[in-house]
Amino acid sequence: MRRWSRFSPAERAARTAFYALSLAALVWSLKRIEIIPEFLYDAPEQTADLFKRMWPFDWKFYPAAIHASLIETFHIATLGTLLALILAVPLSFLAARNFTRSPLLNWMAHFIFVSSRSVNSLIWALLFVAIFGPGALAGVLSIACRSVGFVGKLFGEALEEAKRGPVEALVACGAPRTLVVVKGYWPQVEPAFWSVALLRWDINIRESAVLGLVGAGGIGVALDAAMNNLYWDQVGLCLAVIFAVVLTTELVTHSIRSRIL
Amino acid sequence: MNARVKAFAPHWGSRLAWVAALVYVVFAASTLQVSWERVQQGGPQAAKLLSRMWPPNMAPDKLDLISSGMLESLQIAVIASFVGVVLSLPLGLMAARNLAPSLLATAARVAIALCRSFHPVIVSILFVKAVGFGALAGVLALIVSSMGFVGKLFAEVLEELDEKQVEAVRATGAGFLAVLIMGVMPQVYARFIGLAAYQFDSNLRNSTMVGIVGGGGIGAALFTAYQRFDYDVVMTILVLTIALIMLSEALSMGLKRVFR
Repeated sequence: MRRWSRFSPAERAARTAFYALSLAALVWSLKRIEIIPEFLYDAPEQTADLFKRMWPFDWKFYPAAIHASLIETFHIATLGTLLALILAVPLSFLAARNFTRSPLLNWMAHFIFVSSRSVNSLIWALLFVAIFGPGALAGVLSIACRSVGFVGKLFGEALEEAKRGPVEALVACGAPRTLVVVKGYWPQVEPAFWSVALLRWDINIRESAVLGLVGAGGIGVALDAAMNNLYWDQVGLCLAVIFAVVLTTELVTHSIRSRIL
Repeated sequence: MNARVKAFAPHWGSRLAWVAALVYVVFAASTLQVSWERVQQGGPQAAKLLSRMWPPNMAPDKLDLISSGMLESLQIAVIASFVGVVLSLPLGLMAARNLAPSLLATAARVAIALCRSFHPVIVSILFVKAVGFGALAGVLALIVSSMGFVGKLFAEVLEELDEKQVEAVRATGAGFLAVLIMGVMPQVYARFIGLAAYQFDSNLRNSTMVGIVGGGGIGAALFTAYQRFDYDVVMTILVLTIALIMLSEALSMGLKRVFR
């Protein structure tokens, strides 16, 4: 009698190896990680104290510091996303194997994407603050540098999935390369482009809220100042504002997405 | 009479929106205070920064410090991913509208939105105050963000479920748990592992950052070195961090192949 099984023995072995490996990693981490139990005894009191000191909010802090830096956060996220789109689109054409038929160029574009993505936006911000000094400019550049890899990877993948039919038809009637891009590729990848741009903008609003912790402008600067002064009522207000902004962004991107896609 | 016939009538609303967007961009860019002077200063500044970053500092005492910080980051990521992913399993189930009652689904969605709305570094500020400096604050912060991300996407995966298999299992008289294990999980398990692997990558990136606000890991060493202008140490940490992240990305690619 034949026995039916869902996975081949090799698949089963690989899965078991993965489970064993992750279990071993977990046990090792739990054993080695340093947690100071003395700090834990008063954790409930500390948490209660945190919330007690946060409420009521210091509303005067909003016109004093938060409002301007909130607008700045918005600028940083939007301009950073825009700059990233401008940089990433040509690079994704270079990365798409069906458009650029040179493995070397493909590889170079992919290398740029990977290195952009593996450096956290806070680290990019540290570097740009060291170069251009503290302020929103460093924030915009760090958001852009971090987003290039993200946008480029996803948009490049969308380009590779574009159908060859329209492209070949244009090439066959002798269209120049720019026209092939505009009339052959762009209509096919336009929805993907807008969806990636919106997704990244949404993420960038969240990320630009923390850049201020390292001096790169935005609401994080106000948060950092409030935290260093231990004015928890101001910190609480900052957090509430960030929460409101993130929620609004999500609603806005959601409604734009459902309207244009 | 106009001889040219346009295929599409011009859409004045969208043209107006484009003009408004352009005006906004010009205005926003003008607030950045980019001046030629600043760019001119930036060039030499960048050259100086890079020259001070190179060569990376490989002194044994620094390497000891860095490797212990890196290991702590790794431990934070492992524990937070495991706990976060395990917790997001029921959370995602509760948030899936086709499986959970609508009241419960709404409650779970609010919880997920709360977890997702703050950057892990901000969440770890709160946990540093609650449980003190150290790795635990980072672990807790990353657990929260893992629950938000995996919970949301897992709920979306569950909502795209093929009802036929679920009904077939239910028709045999299976209870709720059996339906979940035999009808739902086989359909979504591969996607779930993919999400978990992605979240581990993301946790690893963020576990190198929570140290900036006292949440443990390599971030504290990185930020201290940066503030003391020890840029060669910063470079060592950066190179090692990127290597670690690339390694884990390669690992999760292999993982996706195993669980396809």
